Amino acid sequence: MDSFIVISLIKVLVVFAVLMTTLAYLQWVERKVIAHIQVRPGPYRVGWHGLLQPLADVIKLITKEDLLPSYVNRPLYILAPFISVTMSLLAISVIPFGPRIHVDGYSTWMQLTDLNIGVVFILAASSMGVYGIALAGWASNNKYALLGGLRSSAQMISYELPLSIAVAGPLLLSNTLSLRALVGTQLGGFWHWNVLRGPFPQIFSFIIFLIAGFAETNRVPFDLPEAENELVAGFHTEYSSMKFASFFMAEYANMITVSCMATLLFLGGWDAPFSARYGSSLVPVIVFAIAGLILLYHGVNFERKRDQCTFPVFGVIFLLTAAFFLLPVVQEWLLPLFWFCAKTGAILFAFMWIRGTLPRFRYDQLMGFTWKFLFPAAMLNLLVTGFLVAWF
Amino acid sequence: MDVILFLIFAIIAVVCAINVVVQSHPISSAISLVGVMGSLAILYLLLGAEFIAAAQVIVYAGAVMVLFVFVIMLLNAGAEVRKGRSLVVQLLGVPLLIAFLALVAYFVQRLFPSSVTVRFGGFTGGTAQAIGRALFTTYLLPFEITSILILIAIVGAIVLARKEMD
Repeated sequence: MDSFIVISLIKVLVVFAVLMTTLAYLQWVERKVIAHIQVRPGPYRVGWHGLLQPLADVIKLITKEDLLPSYVNRPLYILAPFISVTMSLLAISVIPFGPRIHVDGYSTWMQLTDLNIGVVFILAASSMGVYGIALAGWASNNKYALLGGLRSSAQMISYELPLSIAVAGPLLLSNTLSLRALVGTQLGGFWHWNVLRGPFPQIFSFIIFLIAGFAETNRVPFDLPEAENELVAGFHTEYSSMKFASFFMAEYANMITVSCMATLLFLGGWDAPFSARYGSSLVPVIVFAIAGLILLYHGVNFERKRDQCTFPVFGVIFLLTAAFFLLPVVQEWLLPLFWFCAKTGAILFAFMWIRGTLPRFRYDQLMGFTWKFLFPAAMLNLLVTGFLVAWF
Repeated sequence: MDVILFLIFAIIAVVCAINVVVQSHPISSAISLVGVMGSLAILYLLLGAEFIAAAQVIVYAGAVMVLFVFVIMLLNAGAEVRKGRSLVVQLLGVPLLIAFLALVAYFVQRLFPSSVTVRFGGFTGGTAQAIGRALFTTYLLPFEITSILILIAIVGAIVLARKEMD
């Protein structure tokens, strides 16, 4: 019992620290990705390649004056960012990152807790997150904020329907609501993953889930709640300092949750795409080694003078990581974690890629798209899946 | 532990419910109602009905109340003005309330005698499978009738809204 509490506390601390760092650095990654899409270097000044930029941003946000406008509804104005950030962080607690691991005689799952209604729990937490945005918009007592709040609540209610129905498809195939058991039914190679598995591959459901997920997290092309050229900054116009940062954190945490959900529901979670017999355990080694060698090459043939010292250092770090993956002691927990992060990271990259490419929807297009196309498509997909699962 | 949690959330539910009526601003009332729904969900959880609890949060707190808040925001409803109460309300309000509470207490006493005790966490029929089986076997007819009723309500709402547009 005591070891259970200690292990749980350690897991909570590790997950919290990793999540917070990821949230901060996701922002850096996003700025870099979009910068390179737009052919410019992105953050470059604070630290090597702007690597200390997130730290500088955090310090800036904490030390800024926390403005409380005189015309706001005070209790709700203060409550709204807390609801937003709490509900978005809550969902991480049921997400499994890897299988059962054994450390020094103790064995534990790489997951904070497994609920037998894990999927429904995440949907519940995300549906409560709407209040943060809606109340922020209303309590600010500002017409732009109110319009942003209204838009976002309408959008989130509408897109929650196709999202939930798209989730039901893989649940029918896997026949469970627990996220851990969900991955358990998809183990054994990419043809067992729900996105490709018979009797009815859930490709449509996966696409619908991703589209609705983009809308749920208020990301481009569905970022109408904060459309800056019409609404100043949308629902968080009146917020500053850490309250503004909480909305920011909530948005990125929601992005991570949606990506993790897509990975777990459709892409087999921590499962490697093919078995270790055919060398799947060597994939991370090869990937990191190639990345390291490319960096070393560019360090030798540098374009900017600064790259001469930064690229070789990163190259050596990547090569060391590649060597670390070869150690048999760490492979048990590092390989599943690598596959989970690779899949989640690919979806997160898609988020950024789309932000760099697509323009924003018009409001009527946004609503028409979900009610006239996405919802019937998701419904049809669920019906076909249901019939085929019952048949076979 | 269970009893302490029950007491905490039962008290929160009652206080929020009273707050719904006492608050003069519609948004504050709506938020209090969300509080009631949330604490009810936790009471379901204490009884071991985890799926019902999650459904309660998603459907009532997450969808129905968001729509309420949405409509209140859309109409930009201000705080209610308290008007002078009529003589009937002043005289009969409190006695009628007490009579109603006494009636409820009497029926609860009659329907659930003290020999039936509630055991927290003892309810094991709360999994999604059990709920689904019950809905599609024992309670199939009420379930289908309810869905048709809701469909009629939706169609009716659309018909009413269309007429107004012409």
